[in-house]
Amino acid sequence: MTVGLFIPCYIDQFYPNAAIATLTLLKKLGVNVVYPPKQTCCGQPMANSGFEHLTQGCNDLFTDNFAEFDYIVSPSGSCVLHIKDHLHAQGKKEEAIQIRKKIYELTEFLTDVLKVEKLTASFPHKVGLHQSCHGQRGLMLAQMTELVDRPYSKPMQLLNMVEGLELVKLNRPDECCGFGGTFCVAEEAVSVKMGKDRVADHLLNGAEYITAADMSCLMHMEGILRRQKSKVKVIHIAEILNAEAPVAATGTTAANSNKPLNA
Amino acid sequence: MTSRAQILARVKENQPELKPLPPAELILSENWGKTPDTVQQQPASANAGQTLHNLEQFRSVLTTIGGALIEVPSYGEILEYLKEHYQAEQRIISTLPELSSIAEPGWENNDPHSLENVDLAIISAHFGVAENAALWITEDLMQQRVAPFICQQLAVVVSKNEILATMHDAYARIGEAEYGFGAFIAGPSKTADIEQSLVLGAHGPKGMTVFLIG
Amino acid sequence: MGTGTKDHAQLSDVFNEDEARVNWHDETLWFVRAKRDKAAHNIPEWEMLREIASQIKDNVLSDLHSYLLEFEANAQENGITVHWAADGEEHNRIVRQILKENGVDRIVKSKSMLTEECHLNEYLQQHDIEVIDTDLGERIVQLAEEPPSHIVLPCIHKKKEEIGELFHEHLGTPEGMSDPVFLTAAARVHLREKFITRRAAITGVNFAVAETGEFVVCTNEGNADMGAHLADVHIACMGIEKLVPQRKHLSVFLRLLARSATGQPITTYSSHFKKPRPRQTMHIVLVDNGRTKQLGRPDFRNSLKCIRCGACMNTCPVYRRSGGHSYHTAIAGPIGSILAPNLDMKQYADLPFASTLCGSCTNVCPVKINIHEQLYKWRQVIVKEGHADPAKSIAMKAMEFTLSSPSVYKIAGKTGRMVMKYAPFMVNNKLNLWYNQREMPEPPKQSFGEWYKQQDFSKEKTN
Repeated sequence: MTVGLFIPCYIDQFYPNAAIATLTLLKKLGVNVVYPPKQTCCGQPMANSGFEHLTQGCNDLFTDNFAEFDYIVSPSGSCVLHIKDHLHAQGKKEEAIQIRKKIYELTEFLTDVLKVEKLTASFPHKVGLHQSCHGQRGLMLAQMTELVDRPYSKPMQLLNMVEGLELVKLNRPDECCGFGGTFCVAEEAVSVKMGKDRVADHLLNGAEYITAADMSCLMHMEGILRRQKSKVKVIHIAEILNAEAPVAATGTTAANSNKPLNA
Repeated sequence: MTSRAQILARVKENQPELKPLPPAELILSENWGKTPDTVQQQPASANAGQTLHNLEQFRSVLTTIGGALIEVPSYGEILEYLKEHYQAEQRIISTLPELSSIAEPGWENNDPHSLENVDLAIISAHFGVAENAALWITEDLMQQRVAPFICQQLAVVVSKNEILATMHDAYARIGEAEYGFGAFIAGPSKTADIEQSLVLGAHGPKGMTVFLIG
Repeated sequence: MGTGTKDHAQLSDVFNEDEARVNWHDETLWFVRAKRDKAAHNIPEWEMLREIASQIKDNVLSDLHSYLLEFEANAQENGITVHWAADGEEHNRIVRQILKENGVDRIVKSKSMLTEECHLNEYLQQHDIEVIDTDLGERIVQLAEEPPSHIVLPCIHKKKEEIGELFHEHLGTPEGMSDPVFLTAAARVHLREKFITRRAAITGVNFAVAETGEFVVCTNEGNADMGAHLADVHIACMGIEKLVPQRKHLSVFLRLLARSATGQPITTYSSHFKKPRPRQTMHIVLVDNGRTKQLGRPDFRNSLKCIRCGACMNTCPVYRRSGGHSYHTAIAGPIGSILAPNLDMKQYADLPFASTLCGSCTNVCPVKINIHEQLYKWRQVIVKEGHADPAKSIAMKAMEFTLSSPSVYKIAGKTGRMVMKYAPFMVNNKLNLWYNQREMPEPPKQSFGEWYKQQDFSKEKTN
């Protein structure tokens, strides 16, 4: 099995550690991962702004980069959802359809494809899980509070495998943080207010870290936390799932020190 | 072209290809709203169990929505209750011949505005619905349509054996019945328009008592 | 509406100047959402009910022509006069004409979002006809000379102290009195006098049954019934999409409506009007006002399934923090944002963008309207029709150029990481709009792509 790693543009540029953790974690789990170097963006920022007609370049590039892989995995629910819903490639219709079927957000790839039941990670902290909307309501990574249906949560299932990690209960477990792509600047007042309220829920319930399967929500909440000079940090879920037990302070960087498990 | 013709033409032009209605048995599904244990039982005991479940649910929901429930064996106890709780000078109207001794006669044919100062109206309902404590009352049981709305207090008599489980059962019962006006009434008139604070007695009755008879 | 030419974002800026009030508004509506959740979770077959309701409404829209004819014939058979109005203006004229024929110049009206949409009150008042809104919330906003901010909770934006002041001024209640029980009692007395003295009543319509020609009006206060049963003339105004095929279908919708709206198991009154009282006349005005146009838009037609429960507003994190008036249209919130562009795409071009596309609206919708997907689709239509901000269009073209080319992207990244304004969501380089209230991410030394290039993974390929 060869997995194509799709690292969304803003993670590539601003949060490389989330991408490194994703890569390392997948390798740790025995997956053969390839990062196609010519990737840029899924086109979502333009499409959500009403400019889907300008995303053809992104679509074609994406299809060229990823058509060859068995699976495509990305640490961003939002970008994955966009590809799943909207990828159309010129002259490569079938390839695009296949990509839409074989692209996975990281946590669902771990629970549904790799069927991970055990992790060696350790993260002895109180953690608040932010359920990013596109992952939750779009990819259905977790049950939604609006629906009358059985509860489940793929990210939570994984976080519960992490040693020492304590999940905090939130008053509003799946309210939007207000990032919303261009919404964050086009509707600044509401976006910021939503972010402040989301952060406050985590703080109120004692979170030391806020995690999510979408870095964009975390970037928005991090901006608010840091402006408030809060000690609470944001961390991508891949970094928690990849966190080594703090046994010896050898200072190894994760990416170089892993032995792949048997696939 | 009249607006009617124009609207109809545009509807015809723009409506999509016909989509079927969902299967009728789904809409009147008789197992909905019922407790799983009663559904699984044998028909006879299931009915008894269901009736009891319906009664309990009706009582609990009615209380939640601000109504009061009084179980009575017969009209005699209703009369006693009313004599105890209402004074002679209060204006009481009723559509029930059994209660004519305490109600004023002849109001049915007066101008509805004349009911403005009615303190209590006592009428009957065809049946009640357990899931929402609504009572189905048609015009013939109201005599005057405004009666159950304009009174300060409303009392409704319903047979203990006539509490159905859900709205699906309710409409199955109503069937093709003929009426000029009919209403589901669930509890006293209420509003929460001011800061979501629930207040009973918006425009209609401030209180509603259900006499469960039988 | 007194909001001038401000768009949703600008009106939200104003709303957010008082943060404590935003918190109060958010929490009040979240409380309603929580009640809705509790009511829904009490019904194990809830999701199936939504599906059935959705299918019934899909059927209605696909066969609306026959249902309208069937309804009209049955209503006429029942002794109801049926009128057809192509738009809001015609609707208003019809209502005025009926009142004129009956010599009525003072009326009571229960809640009808359709009459709000048609601006009936303003029209009648211009023609010297007095309209008293009898729903408590609507009466309050009427006294305040404001439009409703919510379709189910018209004055949810008002604090009880403000209502106390209004009542002091208009109804003569003691100054400083703001207890909801007291204020409701005062309104009861005030409005009872109107019910007793007005000879014509207007109501809305929640559902109309094609099979029987009857229509159902749902209220908690009993104001529709007080008005209609005391009046000589009852005018019921409805959009043509309010039909259900058969009486038994009401069971599905009455189970869903109040639970979705307020968390009640049913509204206090679900009144089925089939025939006028003796000596009473009953009219139904069937209104198009853009509905047939929406019916012809495949991507948007199912917005006509809406039963006006308001659940999408209560759950919407943006609505709760921007208030109903920020939508500058009769029907606010997510559903309003997909209905309004159909009526005037230019005037309401901002509304589909007043959302994070979080999807909660779609999940609470009792008739399963894919609201957030339609918001996305309206954005595409609005941009294509040329209603986007020109600066944004230029920014988007620049973004397309950058993101379509890996080499341009890499160069932009090197410089852009230091200055976040080139991040793709920073439309129009509005960097300050991020930085005003949020810190920027600390730029890393290298991008993931640069890091990846430096790694030597050759040793790993052991299995």
